[in-house]
Amino acid sequence: MIPGSFAYHRPSSVQEAVALLADLGTEARALAGGHSLIPMMKLRLAAPDNLVDLAGIKELKSIRADGGDIVIGAMTTQHEVLASDLLTQKIPILRETALQIADPQVRYAGTLGGNVANGDPGNDMPAVMLCLGAAYQVTGKSGERRIAAREFYQGAYFTALEPGEILTAIRIRVPATGHGYGYEKLKRKIGDYATAAAAVVLTMTGGTVASCSIGLTNVAETPLWAEAAANILVGSSLNAATVKRAVAAAEAITAPATDSRGPAIYRTKMAGVMLARALAHARSRAS
Amino acid sequence: MNDMTPTSAERAEKLEGMGCKRKRVEDVRFVQGRGNYVDDLKLPGMLYGDFTRSPYAHARIKRIDTSKAKAVPGVLAVLTAADLKPLGLHYMPTLAGDVQAVLAEEKVLFQNQEVAFVVANERYAAADGAELVEVEYESLPVVIDPFRAMAPDAPVLREDLAGKTEGVHGARKHHNHVFNWQIGDRAATDAAFNKAEVAIKELISYQRVHPCPLETCQCVASFDKIKGELTLWGTFQAPHVIRTVASLISKIPEHKIHVIAPDIGGGFGNKVGAYSGYICAIVASIVTGRPVKWVEDRIENLSATAFARDYHMTTEIAATKDGKVTGLRVYTLADHGAFDACADPSKWPAGFFNIVTGSYDFPTAHVEVDGIYTNKAPGGVAYRCSFRVTEAAYCIERAMDILAQKLGMDPAELRMKNLIRREQFPYTSALGWEYDSGDYHTALNKAMDTVGYKALRDEQKTKQEAFRRGETRDLMGIGVIFFTEIVGAGPSRNCDILGIAMFDSAEIRIHPTGSVIARLGTKSQGQGHETTYAQIIATELGLKADNITVEEGNTDTAPYGLGTYGSRSTPVSGAATAMAARKIKAKAQMIAAHLLEVHDDDLEWDVDRFTVKGNPERFKTMTELAWAAYHGVPPGMEPGLEAVSYYDPPNMTYPFGAYICVVDVDVDTGMTKIRRFYALDDCGTRINPMIIEGQIHGGLTEAFAIAMGQEIRYDEIGNVMTASLMDYFLPTAVETPHWETDWTTTPSPHHPIGAKGVGESPNVGGVPCFANAVNDAFGFLGSTHIAMPHDQWRTWTVAENLGLHA
Ligand SMILES: Cc1cc2nc3c(=O)[nH]c(=O)nc-3n(C[C@H](O)[C@H](O)[C@H](O)COP(=O)(O)OP(=O)(O)OC[C@H]3O[C@@H](n4cnc5c(N)ncnc54)[C@H](O)[C@@H]3O)c2cc1C
Repeated sequence: MIPGSFAYHRPSSVQEAVALLADLGTEARALAGGHSLIPMMKLRLAAPDNLVDLAGIKELKSIRADGGDIVIGAMTTQHEVLASDLLTQKIPILRETALQIADPQVRYAGTLGGNVANGDPGNDMPAVMLCLGAAYQVTGKSGERRIAAREFYQGAYFTALEPGEILTAIRIRVPATGHGYGYEKLKRKIGDYATAAAAVVLTMTGGTVASCSIGLTNVAETPLWAEAAANILVGSSLNAATVKRAVAAAEAITAPATDSRGPAIYRTKMAGVMLARALAHARSRAS
Repeated sequence: MNDMTPTSAERAEKLEGMGCKRKRVEDVRFVQGRGNYVDDLKLPGMLYGDFTRSPYAHARIKRIDTSKAKAVPGVLAVLTAADLKPLGLHYMPTLAGDVQAVLAEEKVLFQNQEVAFVVANERYAAADGAELVEVEYESLPVVIDPFRAMAPDAPVLREDLAGKTEGVHGARKHHNHVFNWQIGDRAATDAAFNKAEVAIKELISYQRVHPCPLETCQCVASFDKIKGELTLWGTFQAPHVIRTVASLISKIPEHKIHVIAPDIGGGFGNKVGAYSGYICAIVASIVTGRPVKWVEDRIENLSATAFARDYHMTTEIAATKDGKVTGLRVYTLADHGAFDACADPSKWPAGFFNIVTGSYDFPTAHVEVDGIYTNKAPGGVAYRCSFRVTEAAYCIERAMDILAQKLGMDPAELRMKNLIRREQFPYTSALGWEYDSGDYHTALNKAMDTVGYKALRDEQKTKQEAFRRGETRDLMGIGVIFFTEIVGAGPSRNCDILGIAMFDSAEIRIHPTGSVIARLGTKSQGQGHETTYAQIIATELGLKADNITVEEGNTDTAPYGLGTYGSRSTPVSGAATAMAARKIKAKAQMIAAHLLEVHDDDLEWDVDRFTVKGNPERFKTMTELAWAAYHGVPPGMEPGLEAVSYYDPPNMTYPFGAYICVVDVDVDTGMTKIRRFYALDDCGTRINPMIIEGQIHGGLTEAFAIAMGQEIRYDEIGNVMTASLMDYFLPTAVETPHWETDWTTTPSPHHPIGAKGVGESPNVGGVPCFANAVNDAFGFLGSTHIAMPHDQWRTWTVAENLGLHA
């Protein structure tokens, strides 16, 4: 539990950070809240020679409305997500999810940017970002670009982020007023990653589902966007038979690992149970 | 005397003696972060050690190259078996009569086994060096499943024992066999089964777990070359035993070894034995001439130090149709890992597993245990594992429920019918123990009345019907258990460790002003000894507990003792404390008689003073007598007022209790919610009710963790899968249920103050209670026995196999 040696850098602007990462090469890593990276370093599963701490970059810490979008700076902590009235009002699923991440100590340090950039399928926010159709703003030496969350995750710890690029903000289209939402997570204890979890955002008109989006956490190498399952539900009244079909469609795209949370089959089934519960919850909240 | 003179009762209350909910004196420093733990120790020139450990569970070591490690700036030395072998230190004796590799020589036998010890002037350099020790391994087939260990073609694990057909406990029947142990009357038991009207048989396994103390194992060794003396600070539950073992294996004379156990952050048996880290730190200090610190990390602690359980008990009960038990037969396979590093008393290779008849009046019983080697970490000490009482309680309490189910009887009623009756005490069990005292029916009745047992059963019935109708997806389970503990090891006639009888000791010195220092052979790891021993002395001698300092853990000053584990401190050292106090009191009485110019027999004791019989206005307080002891003793008497007692208990003590648990199970996820947990404990005389409650809360929380999620799990090639707190279940306050505690008081007749010990009762009784509750939830659907731990996926799997998800 003792990391190898590394050099520490603390730039004060995105430009400086990007330049440092480019100069230092592949053995340099961005450091945000450190609550995923530092445990990996203590286990010597990660051994970066250089850490570029983003904590000194003020511009990465903000939550603001931008037209129909809300833009959240990458260094916004999970605690700050919880504390934001704007987010609680406009995108309440973020608060519901953040409350289920680890414990207060971790949430004070861990950032939203780190959570989504990490690429760990166990992280909770990525599936929510797939569900919300968020976009990630990234900056590298060759400039800025935007990547859809739904195209970002390519494998465990493997993302569309190019070496030297940093995530600067997350841009989310505000869901329609009156939307229903739910994030249901099965875990063994406080501080545990999900056995399986499901995020749902839906809108209802006259008792039937007008739109629906579903994300699944920790049941594959990447977070999953369960598009087919959601499509089954659109136009339905969320009656038992349709929910059952949607659950089966969601279960079909999972490929979890067997671990101490349980065998793969169990985790697949739990994705289904969490989805059914998130749907019921979302429906009860939709107006 | 006048009206202002406090009454006896008022004076007694001021003492804060036995029965007082006195606040823990040690907490003043603990809650301020001012405890003094091993890792707080910083000595000038101190070096740091770290291990290179084996990634394989079983492999031959072809080559070890330490040159890259030695080249790391700051690394001073790298020890391997080749360095220890000339000193005869590459193996060390275990407390169970086996040997254990200090550093692996030709083979590694479990994952994370110690292979090399890197010593550096900085902690980080030691870790860098440990990573750079190059070891070439040739992997070998592993034995992980205990049921395959004694297959004829099973790989040979312990080549160092080749040709040894006799172990310390008799013949070894296989190369991976440690011992066979039997007790009871086999013929009578077989006969009972032959004519049994009803019988049950079940393989009841208690999984391998680890107590995971917050503070890991650690030490600082400092060898003074000029004086030839070794000082060893460490996380030792039994410091004197460590000193003796250190002397025997290092050949340093025992008086030149100073073992000091400072504050300890939880032990639970994990800190009883000797570890490679201690030996390597000592050798490194001798080699370098500088103090060497070794501090384990969490992964090392969970994967390489003393585990508990791994007991696989094939259990049978014979009974009559109306539910009277007539015989018990248990065959156990005991997985000891790569070395037998238990700390059982030497006559008891399976501890006191023969307490397995529990609280029930079995006319006859037979128990057989085979110990085996596998490619897992050694240990079997933690959570009172060497005594095997916890395994026994789980075994009998599960089996009684299985019998109740077969008979169609309520499990509480079955217990009532078979509990040993009050008038049967002292009761000699079919497997040879003499239970000192008990009033079991009163305790179980009180428990059932308090929780409203009948109403709970009615509610359960209603819920079961609703479940069958599809109106709910929750099942309700009720767990009932009655346990009998056996603690206070132990009488010298049947208990010793490495030949040292398991007495314990107390030395009390009264200062001239009437304040006191007491030193004991035990060692608190959080149990609150500084508080409770003082309360015993306060009551015995009539001196305020606040004026009594209790000191443990320094082998230079404390009298010899066997340490703290197995709930033995109060039964043994607590008794020694009372006996030493009584010696002092007897001398004080003579001084009082002298000063009051009466005969000794004309005095009587009144809380804190001797008064002249029939004339209470003539008295001498203990404080006055303390002063007198240093200047006015009777002619011919030695001055001073102190005593030491080495207490060899005449018998064990037998705490008991009745626990009831109510659980709700969500069959769709396997999630469980403990709705209610009620624990009634009878530990005899209660010294400090608040500390007892705290011990019970802690033990129940451990029991909850074990029953509901803990497991040291290995994959098929021997990788330990649960070596961090991400995977090993340690509940937080959020998961931990609310505890209701209660008591009855049945003093031990042979203990000087009637106390029995309580630390481990809740762990012993709690585990089967949770397990019975979960089993009970599924029982009406035909399930008979569900293996622990009752974590979510296993519980869901039970529901799945019962077809509840269709
Ligand atoms: C005990 C414990 C329990 C936890 N439980 C959960 C849980 O239940 N659910 C959950 O979702 N998480 C959990 N976490 C993880 C926690 O939420 C982390 O804080 C989060 O995953 C990473 O955020 P961070 O700011 O700490 O990132 P860091 O650890 O600093 O970084 C993580 C990775 O992302 C990269 N990175 C970070 N920021 C950027 C950026 N702006 N641009 C490019 N790359 C970047 C880093 O280089 C690194 O590779 C837990 C952590 C702990 C310690």
